[in-house]
Amino acid sequence: MIEVREVKKHIEDIQVLDGISLDIHDGENFCLLGASGEGKSVFLKNLIGLMRPDCGSIKIDGEEIVGISKEKLLKVQRKFGMMFQGGALFDSLTVQENVEFGMKRLTDYSPQKISQLAEEYLAMVGLAGVGDKLPENLSIGMKRRVALARAVATEPKYILYDEPTTGLDPITTDVICGIFTDLRKKLDITSVIVTHDIQTAEKVADRVGLLYSGKIIAADKTERFMKSESPYVRQFVRGSREGPIGMKNRKKKNESRD
Amino acid sequence: MLASVSRSLFGKPDSVQNIFKQLVRVGVESLPIVLLSALFTGMVLSLQSGVASLRLFGQPIFLGSLVSFTMVLELGPVLTAMVVAGRVGASITAEIGTMKVTEQIDALYTLGTTPEKYLVTPLFFSTVVMLPMITLLAILTGIFGGYVISIVAFNIPGNVYMNEILSYLRIVHFVHGLIKSAFFGFIIATVSCYKGLATSGGAEGVGKSTTRAVVISMVLILVSDFFLTSLLNSLGVI
Repeated sequence: MIEVREVKKHIEDIQVLDGISLDIHDGENFCLLGASGEGKSVFLKNLIGLMRPDCGSIKIDGEEIVGISKEKLLKVQRKFGMMFQGGALFDSLTVQENVEFGMKRLTDYSPQKISQLAEEYLAMVGLAGVGDKLPENLSIGMKRRVALARAVATEPKYILYDEPTTGLDPITTDVICGIFTDLRKKLDITSVIVTHDIQTAEKVADRVGLLYSGKIIAADKTERFMKSESPYVRQFVRGSREGPIGMKNRKKKNESRD
Repeated sequence: MLASVSRSLFGKPDSVQNIFKQLVRVGVESLPIVLLSALFTGMVLSLQSGVASLRLFGQPIFLGSLVSFTMVLELGPVLTAMVVAGRVGASITAEIGTMKVTEQIDALYTLGTTPEKYLVTPLFFSTVVMLPMITLLAILTGIFGGYVISIVAFNIPGNVYMNEILSYLRIVHFVHGLIKSAFFGFIIATVSCYKGLATSGGAEGVGKSTTRAVVISMVLILVSDFFLTSLLNSLGVI
């Protein structure tokens, strides 16, 4: 279980996260919605320890990760897989080597088993036979699927997805959403998905939250969330220009809330 | 960064294949440009010394000792370090910087390793080990360049040039040059990796980091050369 309490994070003079509190339960698909630039990726990076919060508490299975040593953090990070926004595939390695990378370091499998598993994970994301290609020869949709295979291959307890379907065609989006659902059924993985794509949230999430102005202003079961009367949620779900969420400048650090 | 690297250097290597790749990148792939630079530097040293001694003493003398001492103690280590800082240092910073801005560095943490272990340690090891090796080859190539010019331009018999070198040059002179070379390797690796990991701001940021890494490395090599030479001289390594 992931427990987040009053996490704050500023970058330069912008208060990106302004007291986030949230519980993510084991085995659920939690989807965090928010407009571009609201700090969804920053939230994920704080969750996994790639960024350190200014204050607050983040507990992973009861273990506090805010303020712990780098060595202890590395051990906690092994519980996580992450699918980065642009894929973050190692461009000097082939697709197969990318998928094998984490398994070689985090599992005790033999090289033959690792190779076989990598092929299976690639087949699972519909990319059988592309193992010897370099990432530069793949489309963005294919890169994301390889990144997904790489994240799953280390058999993590939690997987974080950063904008997994942004910029993809509807069919590829549906394929990736299908993989999320299958993964939970097969591997019992807890997923945290950040996106601004409502359709992705509807398809894969058990619970949905909305990040606005550095806080989670709404979080509920997907069906209830989509029918929420909150003007913020309604505006976001409908994709309307009119409403409380505006294209205003982000709040500066130490600036009081409206 | 240096503390993590020193721990990784004495621990189990993350990837032996990666260390080998970096040894080839720093050493073997730098050889053509390093040797070409050293050859012409030795040739021009010999030419200038020959012309100067002709003017001063009426005959070209001490070419062998002048070229060899200059190459072994100074130009071999400094010139090779400059070439490697420009060629390898720039590519290290650009590669690590690009990995940083495309989140590949972040991905390493989620895949059971760290940038220090996977990238920086092999580069440190390769640069500190390979730079003295290619410096030695550069020194020999420079001396050979001087040898060719002493014969072709000044009609000095080859054995006279070589005898001068063998009479005056000692192993300790090579030790002096190669200690400096290893230290220059340390500077190149530290600056290049640090600037790469500190990159931000997309393609423009990568460009800025790369330029800064090369400039800082070159300045530090020249400045540290003076202090290292003073230190080695005072310790009697000369």
